[in-house]
Amino acid sequence: MKQALIRILELARKEFLALLRDKKSRTVLIVPPLIQLFVFSYAATFDLNHISYAVWNEDTGIYSRQLLARFSGSPNFRLVARVTHREEVAPLIDNRKVLLVLHLRNDFSRSILMGSPARVQALLDGRQSNTAMILLGYVQSIVSGFNDEIAVTRSVTPPIASIDLRAWYNPNLKSRWFIVPGIVGLLTLLISLLVTALSVAREREEGTFDQLMVTPLTPFQILMGKILPGFVIGIGEATLIILAATLLFHVPLRGPLDALYLGLFLFILSGLGVGLMISALVSTQQQGLLGAFLFLVPAIILSGFATPIANMPPVIQDLTLLDPLRYFLVVLRQIFLRGAGITLLWPEYLALLLIGVASLLIAGAFFKKRLG
Amino acid sequence: MVSDPVPGGDIIAVRDLVKTFSGPMGTVPALKGISFVVRPGTVTGLIGPDGAGKTTLMRILSGLILRDSGSVSIMGHDPGNDPLSVQRSLGYMPQKFGLYEDLTVEENLDFHSDLHGVPSSGRKGLYEPLLSMTGLGPFVGRLAGKLSGGMKQKMGIACSLLHKPPLLLLDEPTVGVDPVSRRELWEILHSLVRESGSTLFISTAYLDEAERCDDILILHEGGILGSGSPGSFRSEVQGHAFELIEGSGRPSRALDPVISALPGVIDTVLAGGHLRIVMEGAAPPRVPESSGGFRFQPVPPRFEDALMTRLWHSRKDLEQGRATRLPWVAGKRIQGGKGEQAIRVEHLTRDFGSFRAVNDLSFEVGHGEVFGLLGANGAGKTTTFRMLAGLLPPTGGSLMVAGEDVRKFPAKARQNIGYMAQKFSLYGQLTVYQNLRFYSSAYGISGKAQTDRIQEVLKFFGLTPYRDISAGLLPLGFRQRLALAASLMHTPAILLLDEPTSGVDPNARRAFWRIINGLVMDGVSVLVTTHFMEEAEYCDRLAIMADGGLLALGSPSEIKAQAKTEDLPAPTLEDAFVTLLSRAAVPSGLPA
Repeated sequence: MKQALIRILELARKEFLALLRDKKSRTVLIVPPLIQLFVFSYAATFDLNHISYAVWNEDTGIYSRQLLARFSGSPNFRLVARVTHREEVAPLIDNRKVLLVLHLRNDFSRSILMGSPARVQALLDGRQSNTAMILLGYVQSIVSGFNDEIAVTRSVTPPIASIDLRAWYNPNLKSRWFIVPGIVGLLTLLISLLVTALSVAREREEGTFDQLMVTPLTPFQILMGKILPGFVIGIGEATLIILAATLLFHVPLRGPLDALYLGLFLFILSGLGVGLMISALVSTQQQGLLGAFLFLVPAIILSGFATPIANMPPVIQDLTLLDPLRYFLVVLRQIFLRGAGITLLWPEYLALLLIGVASLLIAGAFFKKRLG
Repeated sequence: MVSDPVPGGDIIAVRDLVKTFSGPMGTVPALKGISFVVRPGTVTGLIGPDGAGKTTLMRILSGLILRDSGSVSIMGHDPGNDPLSVQRSLGYMPQKFGLYEDLTVEENLDFHSDLHGVPSSGRKGLYEPLLSMTGLGPFVGRLAGKLSGGMKQKMGIACSLLHKPPLLLLDEPTVGVDPVSRRELWEILHSLVRESGSTLFISTAYLDEAERCDDILILHEGGILGSGSPGSFRSEVQGHAFELIEGSGRPSRALDPVISALPGVIDTVLAGGHLRIVMEGAAPPRVPESSGGFRFQPVPPRFEDALMTRLWHSRKDLEQGRATRLPWVAGKRIQGGKGEQAIRVEHLTRDFGSFRAVNDLSFEVGHGEVFGLLGANGAGKTTTFRMLAGLLPPTGGSLMVAGEDVRKFPAKARQNIGYMAQKFSLYGQLTVYQNLRFYSSAYGISGKAQTDRIQEVLKFFGLTPYRDISAGLLPLGFRQRLALAASLMHTPAILLLDEPTSGVDPNARRAFWRIINGLVMDGVSVLVTTHFMEEAEYCDRLAIMADGGLLALGSPSEIKAQAKTEDLPAPTLEDAFVTLLSRAAVPSGLPA
């Protein structure tokens, strides 16, 4: 037993040395994940900032100025043009100068004073439908704020029912809070896949794999030796990313660390298992890299990282049940934003454990079959 | 002699050529100021071990890399200044020739014709003699990837000849090619010189190929160690070669270290059970009277004898006088498992789909025996070797190694085996020390025993100065030593070796086999697969495989006797091998 343990540790040690003494694989493991963390965190956001818009104000009254002041005063909006004629509107939108043109007719203030509905026309660039929808939401919320104020100052009867919006766990609905915890999962998956998918292939290329197989090391010991460095590197880099998420991007980490690291452990287990499955099937590092990305891209799309799983067709939704990242994203968001503990997350833990164990068993069977 | 460059008549003239490379270990001189000429219409062999600078020289001659200093002239053109003129008039076949494996033979020929601007009209007439010369005629429609190793090389030669170059540079065309195909390749090359008057400049690491050349250039560590015709080399050592015919009843293997330590002995080598000795002068070794009756008989010299003599004069220090017995093994009798034989193979069969790679193979290897497995490419020897190592399960039959059934192959049975692959399976990123540490712990050596063993190994194999250098950066000879060291640390009873000394220089090969012989005397059994006749000569018994079965089995002299004919009264091992194979009418070069 002690002998077996020493052998596994020596295997893991060799694996570490092979990874870290090679400048190329050292760089591959450390630099791209950090770059991706920054690129994703800054670039991948659903929030619209600096929306360029133009104003076509035919009204000369006080209310139009009050409404427009709400737009120009918002940090999300940036006024780039004032329009005085209808002909000027189309070129602005066509040439992507502005995303939005606000049109107030000359009876805007008068209608308000008379107590009849005043109209604001918002002309949007519908070519980017997603952006247009989000922008419309912003415009509506500014206009409804304006309505409330008018209703109070002019003691008009407010609408019968109104929505009082409170977003729990992310009161300002900052998309960075939603995305950065997801990146923790995404990059951890990338690292744990790469560590294992490439290591066996590298041994095959160098011919050391046969040499390994003729030693008294058992296949179990060899697999353990391959997995161990994956855990250390995976947990190490995940910790780095979690630190960056909380300290640099100020995403709150509300839940307990034990719940987070239990999830991380189980998730890395499944990542390493899939990586080993890939490495059992390929014979070169290049194929290993391709295989890893062949798994990674669908895994991200099916995980609900960016698009809600509930929006997918039922068959695809069933497919997402096989995706370890799906469960880990739940774990991450629940712990980061909601502050959930272990007791709330056991279905996800169980799913990750199942996927991890199954993929390791399949990897073991693949190895046996390739040898046979 | 071709050592004096005379401008004008020579097709290649090189003077004071220097080339250095800067690598991770600092600046490495690849060619240290060499001068030579090549006469037109000859086959000139560039002979040297891997890493001697052969490929560097070839690439400079063909204008692919630039020299540091010195002058080079190829038919009056300088490949450094005017590579295009040079490349128009020569054919260059690099070690890995650019055949497109997914194109047929004919499509490859078409493609290379296009590259060389051969007009499309009349191509058929051009291909025909090339195809019939290389014997590729029946296979024009076959994908190049489906050709055997020897046929691929022939294909490469055919492609290099498409633009009818007067000079052909071939970089190790016979590497990895079995003896039968090698002979055919050389016949093609000679007929080329005879029929079209071409000049061939061929590099090789096989010493026996030197005898097939008109002129020889020996490249050693970036310098020229000698040049001349094979005959002139042989005459240098005329009368210096002897064979031991009687040695007080002791086996040749045990006498090797004794004889090689005698004064005036330059080289000793086991050849088919006999000890072959090269002396500094024309007298046999003087054995002290007390040692009993030794009798020596003069034998005709070989090119290799002259090479060994020159090497011996150039550096008397290195391999001489080094211990040949592993300190942790010497004197102990190694118990080779429970079985009566070290290896017993009975009715062994292995199928790949519908193809039977190994067919009803049976043989035995006794304790303390060196057993060689020979065969052409595709004869099934690699498959057999992998099954013996437990890397491939057999389809049928039984396989006992060290008294354990390989089919079940418990991990502890593998403890008895040392395995050394041709590619020297080392972790290139890890240092020498880290490699040794890993492999020793894989075999369960730990703690103080491990530290001591690693120290012993480093000292014994002369690796101490390289202790902290990445294994991938070691020179080839040292990589080979490290690979052997790694496979011996756990004192295995059975050693499995796959072409262990292919490409290394003759001194390193002798040092390697002395260590193996020392182990054999302590009871270790060795199985070696090779198509390298110098290695086969070290074996006590040989099995020649063809088509997955056994063609011949016996000691090297028994096998030679089987091939004896009136035309060939004293066949070499290679002659015997080729004769036996052709007698069995195995279509050569064709993968089954």
